[in-house]
Amino acid sequence: MSRVAAETVEQVRSLGDRYKYGFVTDIESEQAPKGLNEDIVRFISAIKDEPEWLLEWRLEAFRHWQTMTEPNWAKLGIPMIDYQDAYYYSAPKQKEGPKSLDEVDPELLATYDKLGIPLREQEMLAGVAVDAVFDSVSVATTFKAKLEEHGVIFCPISEAVQNHPDLVRKYLGSVVPYTDNFFATLNSAVFTDGSFVFVPKGVRCPMELSTYFRINAANTGQFERTLIIAEDSSYVSYLEGCTAPMRDEHQLHAAVVELVALDDAEIKYSTVQNWYPGDENGVGGIFNFVTKRGACIGARSKISWTQVETGSAITWKYPSCMLHGADSVGEFYSIAITNNYQQADTGTKMVHMGPRSRSRVISKGISAGRASNAYRGLVKMLPGATSARNYTQCDSLLIGSKCGAHTFPYIESQNRSARVEHEATTSKIDDDQLFYCRQRGIGEEEAVALIVNGFCREVLQQLPMEFAVEAQKLVGISLEGSVG
Amino acid sequence: MLEIRDLHASVEDQAILNGVSLSVGPGEVHAVMGPNGSGKSTLSYVLSGREGYEVDRGEVLYDGRDLLELEPEERAAAGLFLAFQYPVEIPGVGTMTFLRTALNALRRGRGEDELDAMQFLRVVRQKARALGIGDDMLKRALNVGFSGGEKKRNEMLQLAILEPRLAILDETDSGLDIDALKVVAEGVNALRSPDRAMLIITHYQRLLDHIVPDRVHVLAKGRILRSGGSELARELEAKGYAEILSEAA
Repeated sequence: MSRVAAETVEQVRSLGDRYKYGFVTDIESEQAPKGLNEDIVRFISAIKDEPEWLLEWRLEAFRHWQTMTEPNWAKLGIPMIDYQDAYYYSAPKQKEGPKSLDEVDPELLATYDKLGIPLREQEMLAGVAVDAVFDSVSVATTFKAKLEEHGVIFCPISEAVQNHPDLVRKYLGSVVPYTDNFFATLNSAVFTDGSFVFVPKGVRCPMELSTYFRINAANTGQFERTLIIAEDSSYVSYLEGCTAPMRDEHQLHAAVVELVALDDAEIKYSTVQNWYPGDENGVGGIFNFVTKRGACIGARSKISWTQVETGSAITWKYPSCMLHGADSVGEFYSIAITNNYQQADTGTKMVHMGPRSRSRVISKGISAGRASNAYRGLVKMLPGATSARNYTQCDSLLIGSKCGAHTFPYIESQNRSARVEHEATTSKIDDDQLFYCRQRGIGEEEAVALIVNGFCREVLQQLPMEFAVEAQKLVGISLEGSVG
Repeated sequence: MLEIRDLHASVEDQAILNGVSLSVGPGEVHAVMGPNGSGKSTLSYVLSGREGYEVDRGEVLYDGRDLLELEPEERAAAGLFLAFQYPVEIPGVGTMTFLRTALNALRRGRGEDELDAMQFLRVVRQKARALGIGDDMLKRALNVGFSGGEKKRNEMLQLAILEPRLAILDETDSGLDIDALKVVAEGVNALRSPDRAMLIITHYQRLLDHIVPDRVHVLAKGRILRSGGSELARELEAKGYAEILSEAA
């Protein structure tokens, strides 16, 4: 069994645990009543059996949230969201899963096939063959044992609250405070799910950590909260994503991710986001409003974000690095693809505080159909950022004549010795290139995928190998129907 | 094999080809020569199916099939290859990746199994060596930063790997020094075979010193004004196009 499959087993198993856990505490219903008020926040906290301080933190966030309004500065057309017309706690329903792949939506299976996902993993993704998962408990145990042996903690955040309360209390909200922004504040009040990773001093995490399939299987995760802490001289690579389009009825997805890197620590965080983008007429789809931020607290620490964003109706996210440490390094590698009526306003913030801190931003935006794609990036050099450097490169590729690409760079420098470079290009997919490929026998859609993958190469190279292959296929699939 | 009958074609409503007729049999090498603006490149684009090149009249049969109704990639799958006058750069796409994607697309089109990376590597290495192409060039992005000579050699490599039945070489000699020209010509000559036809489009006669054609056609003002054996190319070299053009006027 592949490593990814082993992790899947682990994830699915942990889900099972939490599911059970959610129900011992209470309750007649699987869902909290509709709407959002202090009682709902208390309900969520109670059902998770949280300590008092966390309830208080949630309530403070909720009270603060009530004073806030949605941000409207992004280049996005966001329909009104009625926050009272939603459920904020919904335990995974114990619905009967399909018995075999025969019962699964054939269109979904066709997509899995295109992505080259092995049959066995297809079954897991579609929620089939739970027995098989439990058959493999030994594999999962090996996986968990190996992490424990190295002292690495990797568990659901609700479990960490119970088992590692001091760590959670110390770091939760330390990078993204509950007052941060409308969606992050909302998340702080009502988060129900997410991952917790702790890598102790000097440890190089022996495997890529992945939430890969958990979100797929969970059918929840509107408000995930992820916290990753890398102690001195440690290293961890974390992957999140889903390889399959989500058939999620939920509309709003407001996650928060916080990363903390201490002296000489390195965190590599990779995302492949392929939530349901809505149909070709712009109906439905996920609103992906996510706050991701890493703090390079320590000297010579490094945080690297890599994202491949192909899904969601609207994407609003700016994975950022707060470069406190001397000689700390922040990186942001991004591919954002929008097709049909998708909208994306995404980019990064690199805030330099430490001397000689360095940051590098490579953004590739691809827009097709009637989609809109904006890069928005802030590079800020604070007075302490002596001899700090930033390099930003933003390339946009347009397919067809009805889509748009925009670049909004913000540069603020308060230190004369800091250096900031910004390069931007916009190009159209070239008829000459397409014809050349087709003359060699490569069909139009395959040709577009090939050319776009070439355009994104610098970013794809940053992904761990098994992710890169899938991401390449995803690039092709998400642009289907964009030419001709 | 290739039968062009009274072909009229235009670009942006401007007539470029005004009744071209040409017949190329299997194993034959034909040269189409002509002055600038005579419609040589238009002919190659119409045959390969480029968008924006409208056929107004006439027909083109390829193995008895109507070539003009096929998409460009279908023509390629049927064995038609165009060596471009200006090979296109595709940043970020490795030459090797491109070649393999193309070969496997063609093989799929023909109902053959795709080659895996190792099988493909063997094929490429062997053919690349014959054209003096090193691994270094194969690793670079397709045509990006290639010299003129490298680009043309890369076209010849694709010709050798894709093994078409009808190869059209559009001004392959332009921009080549004499050594590169010889390499290219040797590559082409090595591919001459009884079941493969070639159409060599060129302005100058010098390529035809190295690739000796069976037939030479003079294309001017969108029509074939004269056809003859390989001696016609030398006659053109000596006298230039003016005489033929004035004869036709």
